Amino acid sequence: MEILGLLLEGFAVALQPINLALIVAGCIAGLFIGAMPGLGSVNGVAILLPMTFLVPPTSAIIFLGSLYYGAMYGGAISSIMLGIPGASTAVATTFDGRPMALQGKADRALVAAATASFVGGTISVVLFTLFAPPLADFALAFGPPEEFALLLLAFATFIGLGGDDIPKTLFSIFIGLMFSAVGLDIVSGDPRLIFLDLPGFYHGINFLVLAIGIYGIGEILWTVETTRGEMVVSRAAVTIRGVVRALTDLRHNIRSMLMGSFLGYFVGILPAAGATPGSLMAYGVARTMSKHPETYGKGNVDGVVAPESANNAASTGSMLPMLTLGIPGSPTTAILLGGMVIWGLEPGPMLFIEHKEFVWGLIASLYAANLFALLINIAFIPAFLMVLRMPFTILAPVIFILCVVGGYAPTQDMHDVWLMLIFGVMGYLMRKLDYPLAPAVLAIVLGPLAEASVRQSLIMAHGSFGIFFDRPISAIIMAIAIALFAWPVLIAIRRRLRA
Amino acid sequence: MRRAELVMALFMAAFSLYIMWKSTELPVGWIEGEGPGGGAFPFWLAAGMLVCCGWIVLRWARRQSPPSRSDEPYMDKTALRVFAVGAGSLLVMIGLMHIVGVYVVIPLYLIFYMRGIGHHAWSVTAPLAVAMPVATFLFFEIALKITLPKGYTEPAFYPLYELLL
Repeated sequence: MEILGLLLEGFAVALQPINLALIVAGCIAGLFIGAMPGLGSVNGVAILLPMTFLVPPTSAIIFLGSLYYGAMYGGAISSIMLGIPGASTAVATTFDGRPMALQGKADRALVAAATASFVGGTISVVLFTLFAPPLADFALAFGPPEEFALLLLAFATFIGLGGDDIPKTLFSIFIGLMFSAVGLDIVSGDPRLIFLDLPGFYHGINFLVLAIGIYGIGEILWTVETTRGEMVVSRAAVTIRGVVRALTDLRHNIRSMLMGSFLGYFVGILPAAGATPGSLMAYGVARTMSKHPETYGKGNVDGVVAPESANNAASTGSMLPMLTLGIPGSPTTAILLGGMVIWGLEPGPMLFIEHKEFVWGLIASLYAANLFALLINIAFIPAFLMVLRMPFTILAPVIFILCVVGGYAPTQDMHDVWLMLIFGVMGYLMRKLDYPLAPAVLAIVLGPLAEASVRQSLIMAHGSFGIFFDRPISAIIMAIAIALFAWPVLIAIRRRLRA
Repeated sequence: MRRAELVMALFMAAFSLYIMWKSTELPVGWIEGEGPGGGAFPFWLAAGMLVCCGWIVLRWARRQSPPSRSDEPYMDKTALRVFAVGAGSLLVMIGLMHIVGVYVVIPLYLIFYMRGIGHHAWSVTAPLAVAMPVATFLFFEIALKITLPKGYTEPAFYPLYELLL
């Protein structure tokens, strides 16, 4: 009852006219920033943080929290409409969202993404409201070995993404992880894999360079070849009846939505994990659990719903360690944490006692932001679909330009634009030979976290790999991961023996 | 297609060997008190890549993968032509960005693609060729304070900066 009373007080704060206006403004700003290839919530929050010094801290965090949510919704738009993941959190949405758009089902994909985001966001805020302190303590039990085991589990679910060609899938994972190691060694700070001594490699390879190269440039080159350069106009259209039908059809995807929401929230609360691993794992688990895994990557709605519910749930989850422990769960919450310090608030357990208005105002605003983001997103669907109705000879150069600008924006280095072109061409050439490219993008995103956790674990255990099996949580996750790795191999062997 | 799969696998195997060699610029073994050397992670990943390439070649020799069984050409003449136009135009666009900057390249590229390839009318091409660089400038440079490359055209933007920033 006490929680309900506090939540009602929070709503009284969140629904004040100024805060309500900031929620709407944050959702719209986030939607557009998230939809822009190369920009995500982290850019939006970082760029707009100084503007929040003009309003009280509670209004400031409400605005930035809404922007964070809006960007999570928006990331799916460019993934579905253009095939370019707007941010790392929307990579998994591209796998099935883009094929759906190409099949003329962009409206369904957009409605599914928005609704799943709403469900994931709402479930995670409810979990946040009810179980914040105990979950924060549980998250602390996750050390480097558990983190690595969890990432290994994520990689194990990727094996299934590549279909039957296991060596090509494994190759794709290894090369993605290797690219993530380019730059400076995370322990010694020494330069590592600086190809041809080019200075651009010192800052590493941003995942967006690979993702935009493969999904932007590679995808368009592929489309240009398959259509022989002829004009292609998508059949995408939207009607109110179509939106209502898409919403009602989602009853078949509730299981994936719930799985994504809970998994995303759980991964989100782990310090330093965040929404990207959450959404990728949710996609992998949805595919693994499916009775028809072969339909994934070809326009399965569950492939949109699972990662979208997970990334929104994880974005709320990542706020939990930030508020209760002062540990950011994602890059965006790291910036929010910096903002809180500037506003004169000290994150930690005392925050819930000393600044109730701030904490519960934020929680209540997240409920409201979810609803507004859903409504705004669905209202904008006709505008988004106009993009798909453009002739291909207009859309292709626009996408190429967005790719180039989006590849340049994160690091503001032309080196990355050239690298993106190379990845795009190589990705296109490899795709023609059935190399699955999604695992490489997933691996480059998770690579730094995987390397840090495995090295920290080995240092803790003085070089013994036994540490991954000595600790109970880690051992259980490792066992599941190994089983998942072995499963496709065993299936292939069994199939061959039968043949 | 069959030959292309073998060539790609061998090329990637050679790349894996290069990465393994490159990784050894940092220690790849255990360093007392520090843990695994900085080169260990990429070294073993590249070793994994090499093993996968061997596995791909083995499957190729046994004709187990679809490309290894295919008689189709990897790229016919038409595919090669459309690929060359797509990738080549991008290459020129990115190269020109160093010299004349993004705001000159965007309209040029749009005019080339929409007029030259799409055969769209000027009434469609011109508005987009004007609107896109303006929208890009307002969104990136003014709203997000992200400076895009301008090459030798940089001084032309000084009055705009004074007016809008």
